[in-house]
Amino acid sequence: MSSFIHEEYPVERGDYTRAGEASADIKRRLKQLGVSSNVMRKVAVASYEVELNLVIHSLGGKLMLDVGTDGVLLVSEDVGPGIPDIAMAMREGYSTASEEARSLGFGAGMGLPNMKRNADDFDIQSEVGKGTRISMRFNLA
Amino acid sequence: MEQHNRYHSVRLDKTRCKGCTNCLKHCPTEAIRVRGGRAHIIDERCIDCGECIRICEYHAKIAITDDLSAIHGFPHAVAIPAPSLYGQFKGLKSISPVLDALKAIGFEEVFEVARGADIVSRAIHEKLREPGLPKPLISSACPAVVRLIQVRFPDLIPNVVDIRQPMEVAAMIARQEFCRKHGCAPEDVGVFFITPCPAKMTAIRSPLGQEKSACDGAISMMEIYGQLLPHINRILANPTKPTATYYGVRWAVSSGEASAVCPDNSLSVDGIHNVIRVLEEIENNKLNDLVFFEGNACMGGCVGGPLNFENNYVAKNAVRKLAQECSPQHPVENVPVSMMTKYPLYFDHPIEPNPAMKLDDNLIVAMQKMERINQLVEDLPGYDCGSCGSPTCRTFAEDIVGGFCGEMDCIHKLKDQLKVMAQQMVELAQTKRE
Repeated sequence: MSSFIHEEYPVERGDYTRAGEASADIKRRLKQLGVSSNVMRKVAVASYEVELNLVIHSLGGKLMLDVGTDGVLLVSEDVGPGIPDIAMAMREGYSTASEEARSLGFGAGMGLPNMKRNADDFDIQSEVGKGTRISMRFNLA
Repeated sequence: MEQHNRYHSVRLDKTRCKGCTNCLKHCPTEAIRVRGGRAHIIDERCIDCGECIRICEYHAKIAITDDLSAIHGFPHAVAIPAPSLYGQFKGLKSISPVLDALKAIGFEEVFEVARGADIVSRAIHEKLREPGLPKPLISSACPAVVRLIQVRFPDLIPNVVDIRQPMEVAAMIARQEFCRKHGCAPEDVGVFFITPCPAKMTAIRSPLGQEKSACDGAISMMEIYGQLLPHINRILANPTKPTATYYGVRWAVSSGEASAVCPDNSLSVDGIHNVIRVLEEIENNKLNDLVFFEGNACMGGCVGGPLNFENNYVAKNAVRKLAQECSPQHPVENVPVSMMTKYPLYFDHPIEPNPAMKLDDNLIVAMQKMERINQLVEDLPGYDCGSCGSPTCRTFAEDIVGGFCGEMDCIHKLKDQLKVMAQQMVELAQTKRE
């Protein structure tokens, strides 16, 4: 995909005060670019979920946005802890969120399923002790 | 950018504008720029919310509404007061004196918009029973919020409830009832909304969801407040009794609508910036289990409109107390179901998106512009001071790319440039003759 716009957003673990800012910026940019409403909405939902996952579950990482004429690519990379059982993690309602996250209303176990549902291509790679990489592609039009 | 000739009630009085940055900073759609020492409103972005009217201490932002004298343009005039009008008078014990005061200043009849709100309450109540509705359904009562959705949240347009606002329903019935009672032609009756805000005036001139408004004009509450006042304390032998219910009157305050249509699972938010925050959440699918969302651009709801005389907290309390004199019957019992088909209560025109925040119609050009904006932003100080006339450094960069200003309009950039030039002057002065 030939990319015109490339943005990177560092996301820190446990930083609830800034949680949602990266996805809000992504959404604002897609609206400015005039990306169609339904694609914008899908990216908005998926980027919010993946950003929150970085805050809640990861040891820190970053979110990367690429926009080209044919699509939007959203990649999340973190530095751990990694997911031991991806199939389990992909199940609706399954969550390993902490008490703190649950007390803030997170941890419904819908994050990954929501991402998969909204992306046109969804790929997740994870290694315990190393980290997780999620790549999502959204076709334009 | 595409040229639009949109009607706006919110205008600038150039003679009063000092060119300060107060309005710039508060506009929810970044629709104001200061150029040549005066504010300018970008037509296609303005949603007529009136935030700038409230914030401008020089009163340079004004709302254009009709003069009371406009009623003389018709053989007969009917007033349809917003229920927020009831909250404007201190110590008022009943709604009746307000209705009679309107008659005293020249209207032949008065029809309460709260009565329209009763009918709309029932219509939304029925609507919510339909299967497969988008969640949440978003109220269409506040025209500033509907326009905000057109500009900033066009993807939420399908969530907007397709039922006309109480003002429109009231105007339709008021005209019909007047004609039936007095045996005159519909065009001989001028129906005037007594308005708390400029957004309603704009909604009459450029209607949302319908071709033509049923109202002939809007008269600002602030404008007639002084004229109503002498009549408020008069005791009449046969006062005009309010016919709306407690629920209809309560539409004047935030949560009034939601508690009438969906008390168990609704959210009411007031203040345009708060409304934006919640619409963002709706857009992120974070409020999918919510059934109904009521957003009001003004704090406190319509009682907080910029054309109200009374403080919104005081007015809210007054409306709450006055509502108790009305029928406690819920609109579902009070409004017959036959009303749902007797009048055209539903939109016959779609709400169109107005993506005025878009950089360009062509995606490639938009991406090139965004790249250039990013480069420019990196070089700007990030103070968001507004001295350049754009609300933030980012919007300034957007305006440069749009061709509306140049980099040296940033005084901080200019200062740096002058430093370099001064240094060059020194060097030049120190140069020895060859």
